[in-house]
Order: sequence, then C-alpha cells, then structure tokens
Amino acid sequence: MKHSSFFWFVLPSTLLMLAFIAFPIVSVVSQSFYSAHEQVVVQVKNCGPFGCTMETSVDQEATAAIREAEPLGKFAGLDIYTDRNHLAFGEVAAAWVNSDGLPDFGRSLMNLPFYKALGFTLTYTAIVTPLTILLGFFVAIAVNSVAKALKGPTIFFSLLPMIVTPLVGSLILFWMVDARGILGTGLQWLTDDPNLSVKASTGLMWIMLMVYGVWHAAPFAFVVFYAGLQTVNTDTLESAMVDGATRWERIRFVVVPHLLPLVTFVALIQLMDNFRVFEPIVSFQASAHATSLSYAIYNDLGGETRLLSSAAATSVLTIIGIAILLSPVLVRTWRDFDRK
Amino acid sequence: MKTFIKSTVAASALVVAAGAASAACTIDSGRVNIIGNEFPAIQTVATAAAECTGATIEANLTADHQTLNVAGMSGNPAEYTSAIVANSSIVALINEDVIQPLDALVAEYGKDIPQRQLITVDGKVMAVAFMANAQTLAYRSDVLEEVGLAVPSTYDEVLVAAKAIRDAGIMENPVGGPYAAGWNLAQEFNNMYIGHGGEFFEPGTANISINNAQGVATLEMMKALTEYMNPDYLTHDSNGTQAEWEAGNVALMHMWGSRMQNLMDTEGSEPQVYENTKVAGPLMVGDSGVPATTLWWDGWTVAKNISDEDAAATFQALAHAVAPSTLNDTTMDQAVWLIEGYEPAPVSEGVLAAVKAGSKPYPMLPYMGLLHTASGDNIADFLTGKESAEQTLADIEAAYTAAAKEQGYVK
Repeated sequence: MKHSSFFWFVLPSTLLMLAFIAFPIVSVVSQSFYSAHEQVVVQVKNCGPFGCTMETSVDQEATAAIREAEPLGKFAGLDIYTDRNHLAFGEVAAAWVNSDGLPDFGRSLMNLPFYKALGFTLTYTAIVTPLTILLGFFVAIAVNSVAKALKGPTIFFSLLPMIVTPLVGSLILFWMVDARGILGTGLQWLTDDPNLSVKASTGLMWIMLMVYGVWHAAPFAFVVFYAGLQTVNTDTLESAMVDGATRWERIRFVVVPHLLPLVTFVALIQLMDNFRVFEPIVSFQASAHATSLSYAIYNDLGGETRLLSSAAATSVLTIIGIAILLSPVLVRTWRDFDRK
Repeated sequence: MKTFIKSTVAASALVVAAGAASAACTIDSGRVNIIGNEFPAIQTVATAAAECTGATIEANLTADHQTLNVAGMSGNPAEYTSAIVANSSIVALINEDVIQPLDALVAEYGKDIPQRQLITVDGKVMAVAFMANAQTLAYRSDVLEEVGLAVPSTYDEVLVAAKAIRDAGIMENPVGGPYAAGWNLAQEFNNMYIGHGGEFFEPGTANISINNAQGVATLEMMKALTEYMNPDYLTHDSNGTQAEWEAGNVALMHMWGSRMQNLMDTEGSEPQVYENTKVAGPLMVGDSGVPATTLWWDGWTVAKNISDEDAAATFQALAHAVAPSTLNDTTMDQAVWLIEGYEPAPVSEGVLAAVKAGSKPYPMLPYMGLLHTASGDNIADFLTGKESAEQTLADIEAAYTAAAKEQGYVK
C-alpha cells in the first residue's frame, strides 16, 4: 500500500482514537498532578427551619479569583500519588519500621485503602483468569462432542451468563446467597450454623465474587475456543486416532497446541477485564469486604464532595497496573511477530 | 380509537380539575428544569411545579441526582435551573458556586413563603425548604407487649428489649437499621457520635477529632446493636431494612421519618406487622442530653448560570409548588411538610419529637461530605472484628485528612 493511501485509510480511526482514548487519558493524567486550591473559609451564620448555627463556609468571592487565575487547581506534583489514600509511601515506610515480622507488615499494608483494593484486584485477576480459560475450554470441548441436533440449544445455554447483564446476574446470585435465600439457607443447613452468612464473611464474599466472575466470563472463552475447535485439522486428528491415541492424548497433543494462540488472546482480554472488576462489588454490596481499584475511583466520584484528583491518580495507577500485567503477553506477541 | 379519545378526554378533564383545585400559576416565559431525588414528596413538588403555564417545565427525578446536579449546573447556561437538595447536599452546590442567592426573587415573588422555610447562609437566602426529616425509632407494639417492656427511649433500653425478645424466642434478630457499608453506616455513626456529645472537628477548623472516648463508645454501641441484627446487616440499606421489617423479622428499628409511611401502609406486609408498627421519638445514648439523630430538611435552589428570565420562572414555579395548595388528602402524609397548613399524622410523630427534643441538624460544613465518605469506608472493619475501635477511628481520621488536604481544607 502506498504511504498516502495508508494515511487516508487510517485517518478516521486515528482521529477517533485520539479524541476518545488519547485526550481523555491526557486529561486524567494532568488532573492527577493538581489538587484543589487552598480553600478560603469564613465563619457564617446559617439559619433554617431548625434554628441558626455558626458554621464554616467557602468564601466564594475570594475563591473565584484564585480559580480564575489557575483553573486547573494547585500544582501538587506527585503528592496525590504518595498520599495515604494512594501509594501511601510514608505509611508503608512507617509500617515497615514498626511492624513485627512480615505478616504484621502485611496486615498494616492491607489496612491502607489502595493496597487493600490492589490486593483484592490482583487475587481476583490471578484466580479468575485461569479458571475462566479452563472452564471455557472444557465447555467448548464438551459442546463440540454433543450430538448435532442438540448443539444449538447447548450453545445458547452456555452463552446465557454472558447475555445476562452483569448487574442483573450478580443481583440474582446476591439474593440467592442472602441469609434467607436458597443458597444462604442451604449453606447454613450444610454447616449447621444458623449465623453463617456469605455477606458477613470476608472469605466467603471473596469466593462468591470470584465464582461470579468465572461464571460470567467463561462463555467468552467458550465462544473463542469453540470457534477455534472448528478449525482443527481433521486429518491430523484421524491420523492420531490411527496411531492409537486416546481422546485425552488427542486433546493434549493436537487440540491444545492448535488453540494456544487463542489462549493468549483470551488471557489478554480477561486480564484487562478482571483487573477492572467493578460491577459485582457494587451489586453484591461487597465494599465492606472487598474493594477494587475501579471501585475506589467510583467511590471518589460518588461522594457528596467529588475527589477528582484522587480519582484521576487511581485511574493512572490502574492504567500502569494493566500495562505491567499485560507486558509478558505483549512481549510474547511481539516476539512471535518478529520471528515471522 | 374511540376508547383512546375517551381516555384522553378523561385525562384532560382530570388535569383541568387538578389545576382548578390549586391556585392558578401563570408565568410570563422562561425555562424550568428541576433535578432531584426520587421519592413521593419530591414527586409531588415537581408535579405541582409543572402545573404552571407559560414556561417550559421539565424535571429529572432520580436517585443519582447527586452525581448529576453539579455537572448539570456548572455549564453556562446551566442545564438544570433548579436542584432539590438536602442540608448535606446543598454544601457541594455552594462549594462549586452554582446556585444563586434568592433574596431579590423572594422579595419579588415569594412574600408568602414563611421565614422558617428560608435557608440562609451568611444572611443570604440560598434555598427554600419544604419538608423535614430525621431518623427515629420504629417498634412493634405487639412484640414489646409480649415481653412486657415499655417503648425504649435509649439505646441501652433497645439492647435490653432485644435480648428479652431473643430470649423469649419471638425473633432471632429483632434489631434493624440502615447499616449498609458506605453512606448509611457512616450516617448511623454520625447519629450515635452526636448522641454521645462528640464534636467532629476541632472548633473553627477542618481538623478532624473523632479518635476519642465518645468515638470509641459510639463504635462499641453500634457493635453491640449489630449482635442483634440479621448477619447480613452490612448490606442492608433503608430498602433492605424495610424488607426485613415487612417480613416480620424485626421489632426495633432506627428508620427515616420519610419511610415510616411505607412501613405502616397495607402494602408489603401482613396485618399483624403493619397494624402494630408504631413510631417513637429519637433514641438517646450516654448522658449528653442530645438525641442520637440528626435533623434534615429538603428544599429547592435556583441555579446561578441562567438568565434572569429563567431564574424568575424557576422561582415562581417552585414557589407555587410549595404553596399550601399543594397539600391535600393524598400528599399530606407523604412527609413532614414545613408548608403552612400541614397537619401532623401519626407517621410523622417521630420527626416532630426529634425536633422538639433538641436534636442537632446535620452539619452544613463544606468538608463534612469527606468525613462521611471516610467513615463509610472504614467502620465495617471494626464491626466485622478486623481491628480495634481506636485503629478504625485512626483510619477514618487519616483517610479524611488525606482527602481534605487534596481539597484544600487542611494544610
């Protein structure tokens, strides 16, 4: 392709990517280096239906002038990144010095909001991603060997978890594990403990979130692998059969190597998705037990006072996290590309 | 087709009748767009405002109003010409300077609005309140009768009654309240802390000071109460707690005045539950003499970045909406109205008792929202037994201070 036609060919998508991906990121990054101006406050008398009280209020006239001069806010450099609600360098250092051994240090670390969120996010990603791939793979193998007449309905049902909106899917599970729901009561009966509650126990809540994550994402892996299975070379499979390979050996030595590039693809997508885990935490109302980086951003923006810089800093840290997480896969893809 | 025309005619007749029932409201011109929370009393106000003719009147009532109102009022001209807010959420609008003082408009169009409805900040009218709200005790009279106890007036009595009810085998978890982690839980902390006589900040500054004896006592009382709650209490917001109540699983509950009507109506529960649901005043805790609750008002504001014409139209429409003519048989019980002509019903006894008992209003401080978020994020760690009360209070202080520094309230 000529350079000029290539240029015109990619121009529309480049413009769209700049407008909707690059600029917002630039805006978020720059926001994260600024904090609000020092507030000019005055004591004022507030009156209402319940009488009058002396209270503090922001002096609008004084503040307006400062805002006019520097609309972005006060330059804070990396202060937001290093404060207690983010990387908390000071608190981590203090915990390191004062802690009594590694487990104690870990506990202090998990008490800091960013590391608490990171802890759950990484655990969730590390457990849900491989389980999703495994489950999706086995479902694909199973569906592939189902009789032809049953294939359509089986595929439809296998896709259901992905068709159901995350919010609705997790709400259904949320009600089922309620202390008075069918799964919650069943669990109490099984363990013979009437006070056992999934929603009250951090461990069980984590397990439930991860079960939900696998349930919701497995159909995606299934669809990709199922498509891949249709391209497996039948000649190779048949010759393996002639050589006396069992079903397991055929999967192990023919099918899996064939699907390996797809595993990379699914892993890439799932790593990104799982690192952004958010909806289940909201709909399971799990924030008392588990928070994720995305939830932290949502929490900063959802309060009565919006913490824009704090949310921006967490967003940048999330982007950096995803980049680190994806780097092995990306490097591998690059090498494959280079070899060709 | 015939039925369609018929129903249209019937509907228009109804609209005309409704219009005729209340005083006429005619505005010369302008645009009115109201954003607010979604519950019956606010819907009534928005509907009444829409009766006015001459201006285009729209309303967006949603539970997400808080995330929309600042953004929707920051542009010039602002999308929303009015936000319906409470004493906590007006602060964000004042901080961002998106609402205007109403003194001139009150003088021109609002002479009939009684003084007690006007919310003034530094002498300037910033909002017009139309209803009051507070959290008080709801109880089941039949259950208390069965265990032979009087209606509790303090949290210690609640604990005694809860134990009696559990021991008598009537209910396993007789206590309820909106204890969902986040905003609700933080609000319960605020109530209890105020009830213990605590001060949130060092006087005159934004420096937090809750890591003290009152703070510890507050957390310990909350934990003692949770022993008698459904084990899922950290996920029970007002809706969840209401469901527990209506299912007949709870006999003593801390609940919003605006929700008592839902508990006492015939929908959603057995007669035994709704017939015996009674409302009492606010609960006391410790010996501070201040009830463990906060007073709230809901009111409307007018956006700053709009033309004088739109501001006048907005003010007139909403002044009409909170006029005495809005109150009728249907709307009377929807809230504790601050409007002239309001006649208290049994459902509103709690809120009125809270006002009479000298409860404190929720603080209208620019940095209170930051503390509310910080508490909501950390209190669950204590209730689930992960850390000590002192550690939790220290965490709240640290989380608040970091946020307040970012917002420029603390150096």
